[in-house]
Amino acid sequence: MNIVVCVKQVPDTATERKLRSDDKTLDRDAADGVINELCEYAVEEALRLKEAHGGEVTVLTMGPDKASDTIRKALAMGADKAVHLVDDALHGSDALGTSYALAQTLKKIGFDLVVLGSESTDARTGVLAAMLAERLGVPQLTFANKVEIDGGSIAVQRVTDYGYDRVEASLPAVVSVVEKINEPRYPSFKGIMAAKKKSVEKLGVADAEIDASQVGLANSWSEVTDFAAAPPRAAGTIVKDEGDGGVKAADFLASKKFV
Amino acid sequence: MSEILVLVEHVEGQVKKVTLELLTLARKLGVPSAVWAGPGYSPEAKAKLAEYGAEKIYVADSADVNDYVVAPKAELLAQLVSEKSPAAVLVAATAEAKEIAGRLAIKIDSGVLTDAVGIEESLVADQSIFGGGVNVRSRVTKGTPIVAVRPNSTPVEAAAGAGAEEQVSVTVSDAAKAARIVERVKQEKGARPELTEAAIVVSGGRGVGSAENFSIIEKLADSLGAAVGASRAATDAGWYPHQFQVGQTGKTVSPQLYIAAGISGAIQHRAGMQTAKTIVAVNKDPEAPIFELADFGVVGDLNQVVPQLTEEVAKRK
Ligand SMILES: Cc1cc2nc3c(=O)[nH]c(=O)nc-3n(C[C@H](O)[C@H](O)[C@H](O)COP(=O)(O)OP(=O)(O)OC[C@H]3O[C@@H](n4cnc5c(N)ncnc54)[C@H](O)[C@@H]3O)c2cc1C
Ligand SMILES: Nc1ncnc2c1ncn2[C@@H]1O[C@H](COP(=O)(O)O)[C@@H](O)[C@H]1O
Repeated sequence: MNIVVCVKQVPDTATERKLRSDDKTLDRDAADGVINELCEYAVEEALRLKEAHGGEVTVLTMGPDKASDTIRKALAMGADKAVHLVDDALHGSDALGTSYALAQTLKKIGFDLVVLGSESTDARTGVLAAMLAERLGVPQLTFANKVEIDGGSIAVQRVTDYGYDRVEASLPAVVSVVEKINEPRYPSFKGIMAAKKKSVEKLGVADAEIDASQVGLANSWSEVTDFAAAPPRAAGTIVKDEGDGGVKAADFLASKKFV
Repeated sequence: MSEILVLVEHVEGQVKKVTLELLTLARKLGVPSAVWAGPGYSPEAKAKLAEYGAEKIYVADSADVNDYVVAPKAELLAQLVSEKSPAAVLVAATAEAKEIAGRLAIKIDSGVLTDAVGIEESLVADQSIFGGGVNVRSRVTKGTPIVAVRPNSTPVEAAAGAGAEEQVSVTVSDAAKAARIVERVKQEKGARPELTEAAIVVSGGRGVGSAENFSIIEKLADSLGAAVGASRAATDAGWYPHQFQVGQTGKTVSPQLYIAAGISGAIQHRAGMQTAKTIVAVNKDPEAPIFELADFGVVGDLNQVVPQLTEEVAKRK
């Protein structure tokens, strides 16, 4: 089975994240780049499926040169090889542009299963997997907390507000995973060493047959008009519990008309 | 004025509050038309939608629309967009409705904005990003704007609309039938409001100490008519189900009141609750970062403070 796992580099949430003042895109230099956490779960799930059913796991990342660190991390976890879609023309692509560029690349490299995280910590749109399914014309099995494959059939549990839906489809398909699906492994020393020798194919816009007029900031379907730091919250009242902390909290709630 | 399509969120035939918020918002932008997808449509639902300003209600209540993941609903909306040429399409910023919006955007070649907390008449949307740290204004530059709006970001206001019903027949394409829902498993959550919709959320973290002890969080929630949330430390420990996790990799909530008990206030937790209007924290550590956000904080043991608060709330009702 040919599994492609889409992995994104995001700014570390523990550092301060900023938008650039010139073009209002994410300032990727201001913060350390790390693998998007949900993508680690996606890599883990891809590896487990490969271990159970055989095949190969390819990492696919669209991002600047710096994103190669994230690719190495996924390779160190055990993925077999990687494709790095990197081109200045892609800078500032919105969800529509990103999904188009990734879909073109996926068509080029081929896949039986595409695995994504259900959301990224920077964009937080949570729409990419659905968009890929739409663009590729394959089943959408998103927000999965369990994935089962049997020959050409795939079944997932799709997390919902009320519990979950059991969803069935046939391969090829797009899957996105939620946090509790598995416990991502740590790369071993051996894995880290092996990753250095694995193939990372760099593709530009032309290589992946991406129409440059459909990607990049200038061609986005939406734009940021302006932005500002959120005003800090006013300092609150903090009291020490002297046996009446609950009563004081109730007084506060009453003053705000919550009780 | 032009039509604004509002995709209705409903459970068991009941219109969810966020839809009333969207209708209220849509009245500012144009003339709201509600779109009902899936079974459960009823005279009560119709009355509710009309009460909050739906001039038209498009009903596509065939089972087909509901039996497959996301795609049929995107097809339905795409069909309506091409027939009615609305000025915008509004959906709730729930996981599923955002996916519908995403697929719709591709079908109609239009921009989509997710997690808006407000929309101006010019269709510029306000978004709060990086865990509430930055406020952004953005707009769609191509096609019919599609905006996913966060629950609890607009106060609801009734204003009657005609509620003229129009049956829509959709033929769901084979491509949209690729992922079939074979079973819906409902996990009991009792009578509490839904986490993202609730006006009040009471959350517990590692400080709660055990699954059993979450009952003190639930009791406070019930006394306030609130939903229960949990930090990742609590869901990781298996004390509370994952779907109640608040934060970066859980739900984002924007309630009127958020009460955090035994939660330190890590940045990833704050990402999911920072836009709450009022925040109350109970934590035994005076240095806990949650106090930086709190409008009111009690430094103390939650095992004492929370039950006392529950009792006081009950007394004052
Ligand atoms: C990529 C990523 C994503 C994440 N996503 C999320 C997310 O979605 N949601 C989330 O919540 N976290 C998330 N986290 C985890 C987050 O960093 C914190 O680890 C987590 O929020 C801590 O939960 P906590 O506050 O309950 O536990 P702790 O940080 O351990 O805090 C427990 C608090 O309880 C207090 N306490 C203990 N006993 C008592 C008592 N008897 N009475 C009163 N107070 C008491 C302590 O003083 C302490 O402040 C994420 C982390 C990463 C790296
Ligand atoms: N630039 C990218 N390169 C590869 N995968 C991506 C990229 N952006 C998003 N993804 C995938 O899409 C998922 C959801 O991201 P998002 O829709 O941005 O919240 C991520 O977890 C990744 O799996």
